[in-house]
Amino acid sequence: MNTLFLILLSPFFGFLFSGLAGKYLSEKLTGWISSLSILVSFFLSVQIFIGLGEGQAALESSAFTFLSVGDVFVNFALQADRLTSVMMLVITGIGFLIHVYSISYMHGDAGFYKFFAYLNLFVFNMLILVMGSNFLMLFFGWEGVGLCSYLLIGFWYRNAEYGKAARKAFIMNRIGDLGLLIGLFLVIANCKSLEYRDVFAAAQSGALSSGLVTAICISFFVGAMGKSAQIPLYTWLPDAMAGPTPVSALIHAATMVTAGVYLVVRCNVLFEMAPVAQQLILWVGLATSILAALIGLKQNDIKKVLAYSTVSQLGLMFIALGVGAYSAAMFHLVTHAFFKALLFLGSGSVIHGMGGEQDIRKMGGLKAAMPITYYTFLIGTLAISGMPFFSGFFSKDEILAMIFTEQPVVWFLAVCSALITGIYMFRVFMVTFLGSFRGTEEQKKHLHESPALITFPLIVLALLSLAGGLLNLPELFTHGHAQWLKNWLSPVLGNSQDTLHHPSHQTEWILMGIAVSAFLVAWIYTRNKYISKAAVPEADEEIQGAAKWPAGKFFVDELYDGLFVKTAEKAGTLFAKTDNSVFSGLMNWVSSGTSYLAGLIVRLQNGRIQSYLLYMVMGIILMLVLNIFR
Amino acid sequence: MNPDSIFNTLDISHYIYLSSVLFCIGLFGVLTRRNAIVLLMCIELMLNAVNLLFVAFSSYMGDAAGQLFVFFIMVVAAAEAAVGLAIIVMIYRNTRSTDVGLFDKLKG
Repeated sequence: MNTLFLILLSPFFGFLFSGLAGKYLSEKLTGWISSLSILVSFFLSVQIFIGLGEGQAALESSAFTFLSVGDVFVNFALQADRLTSVMMLVITGIGFLIHVYSISYMHGDAGFYKFFAYLNLFVFNMLILVMGSNFLMLFFGWEGVGLCSYLLIGFWYRNAEYGKAARKAFIMNRIGDLGLLIGLFLVIANCKSLEYRDVFAAAQSGALSSGLVTAICISFFVGAMGKSAQIPLYTWLPDAMAGPTPVSALIHAATMVTAGVYLVVRCNVLFEMAPVAQQLILWVGLATSILAALIGLKQNDIKKVLAYSTVSQLGLMFIALGVGAYSAAMFHLVTHAFFKALLFLGSGSVIHGMGGEQDIRKMGGLKAAMPITYYTFLIGTLAISGMPFFSGFFSKDEILAMIFTEQPVVWFLAVCSALITGIYMFRVFMVTFLGSFRGTEEQKKHLHESPALITFPLIVLALLSLAGGLLNLPELFTHGHAQWLKNWLSPVLGNSQDTLHHPSHQTEWILMGIAVSAFLVAWIYTRNKYISKAAVPEADEEIQGAAKWPAGKFFVDELYDGLFVKTAEKAGTLFAKTDNSVFSGLMNWVSSGTSYLAGLIVRLQNGRIQSYLLYMVMGIILMLVLNIFR
Repeated sequence: MNPDSIFNTLDISHYIYLSSVLFCIGLFGVLTRRNAIVLLMCIELMLNAVNLLFVAFSSYMGDAAGQLFVFFIMVVAAAEAAVGLAIIVMIYRNTRSTDVGLFDKLKG
């Protein structure tokens, strides 16, 4: 059996195992077998990664014909090039850690085996998404992860709100998927193939008009908007926090939501040919980044803050894609997967320790009780806020430097977004872990550090968040040696990379200085407010003035509700009325008329034999009479 | 058969009228009377009206086949009377009545 298929089938086996047999087995066995199935994929991915590093060509493998319509054939084919191998490592590596974490986190849940089955199915679909060698495979995985996301957001389905959040995520994604589908149709209509290779070759040979390529790219980006939670389709992601915390970490922070970024990087050939689409991506990414960061400032649910932070960071990745800095976007994707998974798992540990409490106003002073969570969360916070030499610092800096040469205005706004990111992350961190405990006595008594299965993934991810920057150290520090990740991806990115100019070293030092000062400003500001003055975020009723807007999430949900949901409901009511009165009404009239007639005729059948005889005699007489007058 | 018999001097139409009247009387009884036994009697009357017509036409046409039919009908009528009376006895035992108006369980 081919390695590529083994990587894919291992999580699928895990899914079947936990789904079918998990109900009858112990939690430990189910959880560990599911986790090991991911670990197998991880090791095989490492093997492929090393092979690619030694200069092997990209692996390819085709199993059977997936679709055959007319002269279009699409194979169920996998490939593993350098871009895919990076994604595979992130998915299986972080996936494994989160599986291990879940064994402890989901302990005692009635749906334990179901949770692991869904999680494995998710990894399977995500791997198909990145490993497919054509757009149909990508779409297959795209829909598959959407399904798993829906199942896991609504995992605690007895809570009606969670069910609503799941449906919201599903429907919002469906809107984006429509865009992706339209893009695929355009590709298939014009290239007669869905293979990446054929499509990109067709684009490069100039067989596709620039308007067509732009249309395809914008359609793809609409798909990415849905999956990667960009304006206007981002509102599902914060609500998706209804799912268990490991799900938020794996699906809604580290992997699935980056599928849109992967799609754009994969199609870099097309996007390079469509400057209009790139501009769109740039500005949408920027708007999303700032809006989400602003909302994050005033949220008090620890997971909601992280969710908006994810949206904001995804926006930053799209900014990078918009200026064509693909390797920078991938770099940030990887480091973000590290520190955001860490932060989510850390918040899960906090929620676990607090007995389900998610409001940071009721926490505080958790440092003493949960030291490991405290230190790992600190590392995550520093990484995302851009503390020098942490992973987030390098990846953000790379993106900012790239933007500066292309679009100085966007650069300034992106720095503002980074500053806000620092502020809300420190706010969450300080309010949660420092100061004095504000929860109930009951909670205080139960407050404890989480078990080893939870802290182990935290520690590993903390180390990765610390050292992740080594993947792509800027040239400044390596004295002219090209950055590793950029180098690694260069065969995939091809010509797309050469169009970018790095700023001069001097400029880069200045930019780095500005980024660091933004970090320092954020730190000093929050330190002053939340430590020196020991401020606690005000209760919802006390929020006044302009702060109401970010606290109310800029009322986008309300806007959508008024614009689309209410309209749809009204249209539905109207159609229902029409149906009931016109179509149903007609049918009802026919049936009630028939029934009335039957009521009249049924009286003839009165059960008396003499009446029947009389009818018979009358019939005979009638026939005789008719015979006479014929 | 004696050629001077009164039956030979009567026109066939007399037989037809007589049997028609008998048949109508029987039919009227079947349709109007409530007592099941009277109903059976009326049915016998109708059968015998038919028998009379058979015999009359048999004689008129000089064909014995009609008279054969009469024997068959008499046999069937006897059997029918036996079965019918048995049914009526059973009904009477169950309901203490022979009124056919009561038996309307099969109405729609």
